[in-house]
Amino acid sequence: MLLEYTAIAAFIIVTAAIGFIAIGLGMLFGPKKSTDKKAMPYESGMNPIGPGTRRMPVHFYLIAVLFILFDIEVVFLLPYAIAFRQLGLFGLIEMLIFIVILLVGYFYAWKKGALEWE
Amino acid sequence: MDLTLILFIVLAVVAILTALGMLASRSAIYAALFLVLNFATVAIFYLMLGAPFIAMAQVTVYAGAIMVLFLFVIMLLGAEKLPKGEVLPWQRPLAIGLAAVLLAEAGYLLFQRLHITAGLANPGAEVNAPEAIQAMALSLFNQYLLPFEVTSVLLLVAMVGVIVLTKKEKGES
Amino acid sequence: MTFALLIEWLIKGFVLVLVLLGGFAYLTLYERKALARIQVRIGPNRAGPWGILQPIADAIKLIFKEELIPAKADKLLFILAPVVTLVPALVITAVVPWGSEIMMFGRVITLYIADINVGVLYIMSVASIAVYGVVLAGWSSNNKYAMMGGLRSSAQMISYEMSLGLAFISAIMLAGSMRMLDIVEAQRTLWFVLLQPVGTAIFLIATLAEVNRPPFDMPEAEQELTAGYHVEYSGMKFALLFMAEYDKMIAISAIGATLFFGGFRGPFVDTYPWLGPIYMLLKLVILLFGMIWVRATFPRIRYDRLMAFGWKVMLPLSLAIVFITAAGILLAEQVNPLLIWTVPALSLLAGVFTIAMIDRELRRKEYARA
Repeated sequence: MLLEYTAIAAFIIVTAAIGFIAIGLGMLFGPKKSTDKKAMPYESGMNPIGPGTRRMPVHFYLIAVLFILFDIEVVFLLPYAIAFRQLGLFGLIEMLIFIVILLVGYFYAWKKGALEWE
Repeated sequence: MDLTLILFIVLAVVAILTALGMLASRSAIYAALFLVLNFATVAIFYLMLGAPFIAMAQVTVYAGAIMVLFLFVIMLLGAEKLPKGEVLPWQRPLAIGLAAVLLAEAGYLLFQRLHITAGLANPGAEVNAPEAIQAMALSLFNQYLLPFEVTSVLLLVAMVGVIVLTKKEKGES
Repeated sequence: MTFALLIEWLIKGFVLVLVLLGGFAYLTLYERKALARIQVRIGPNRAGPWGILQPIADAIKLIFKEELIPAKADKLLFILAPVVTLVPALVITAVVPWGSEIMMFGRVITLYIADINVGVLYIMSVASIAVYGVVLAGWSSNNKYAMMGGLRSSAQMISYEMSLGLAFISAIMLAGSMRMLDIVEAQRTLWFVLLQPVGTAIFLIATLAEVNRPPFDMPEAEQELTAGYHVEYSGMKFALLFMAEYDKMIAISAIGATLFFGGFRGPFVDTYPWLGPIYMLLKLVILLFGMIWVRATFPRIRYDRLMAFGWKVMLPLSLAIVFITAAGILLAEQVNPLLIWTVPALSLLAGVFTIAMIDRELRRKEYARA
């Protein structure tokens, strides 16, 4: 097995344990006198109006899709960043073509106002 | 039974359970979270096969980006609670039929390869050497150059598509 | 894998978590003290000499607070969200080297949890997981402020994550490796902040947005969103969310110190390896002071401008930086090593050009309004 990743797994377990212990401590020592008023959603002291979760603007969806595309681009740039010395000029042009194709979409998004937040 | 095999079996069970949990969950948010767990287990499978780059990319792209989009879509539609009844009546029999075909195919392949007695992939320390990643990168940008460049066109299509879908044309109300 | 090794990992993990928790506690005090001094106040000074017991008093207070769960909240996710937020904030530090290795109890102890060849990608993937805690905390509270804050937070985090990743890439290019130890080793003679000053600046700005620090703390703005995604949290659960935020600051500063400021390297660190953590601590204190100073100085940026800045300024600039770095290194390797200085020169040029463009745009808008 890959020893280094097992070490990370051990670390994850330790951190999660600390988190649950902290929550447990709070539940153990904190007073529990819940009333209807306390359990109301907080709205600056007013009675809450309407449902708590509501449908969100479509713009968040647009941002998330654009993020996926550029995230994939970053993931592709990572192996390029460690191999570009061997790949030389050929690799640079290759990567430029890749980015330029993506940038076409980026400028389309810009011109269409997709990066604008109304 | 060595340690790797035990780990594999445990993870396989987790992967199947999270997939089933995703299907059975009545809350769309929980279904999405089960899928995140499933992606995480798949990432560990990649690690066990000695492919740390793919494992990390899996977490970054699938769990970190695509599932965030799924959560956003669920909240966008306000579809946290799924309706009780069946929306598409023909969906369930079709799904069961297709699943049976897939199972049969997998079983056939499994039995055909049964005589190969190679053990599980057991990557050693060489997977963790910086040279391993470099070799992968070099083959990606030399041997698989065309698929890599075509990916950018795919991403471009997705980008244009989402803008056309969500942005109103000027003058259109 | 031996039993002793497993014990060593657990102890090392536990020690690192304790250090991060202590770091969180004293970072809050550090921030309060520094902010107070900047605003000509004294700051906490009652609990212990110079207020050094203040974080402990805060912790004890929070343990004994009543924890409220809103009636219509999704109970399971509401309780899980703080843990889901905390774990990535701590786990991201697993690949950060605090030093090389020291001898202790007759064993060679490495001063990092894991040394993996995809170290920087690991940081990116853990950072991308960190979004979930915020989204889930916001959604499960069933409160419209929390929901709005969670959404805004997550949209902001993913928007600046790309610039952050591209800033990482400029450092990887200079080092030629994704392994954190190789990156530190490559800065033996020259820190990357000198070779790639604009990349460092992008990193520092993007981190502020990534950890929702002022001036990018619109999602948590008290005046508009009553603190955003953690409005319904109280007691220890609130403490965990708070802790995650400050540990993210520490972690991201440690990553910045490693990638751009020479990591644990400093004079004599080869002869005395225990100097490594001390140098890291010094660099951390300086970088964290920068974050606090920014908070004391700049007003909050409006949310639409914040997103526009991320997408229209940071993203193209960081892409340009990546290509300048690649071209400069190739020139230096194939023509003359001195040409490596084209990297900082061209980057600074790109940076100045960007600032000029922003200035022009702002003036144009100002003119249109008048």
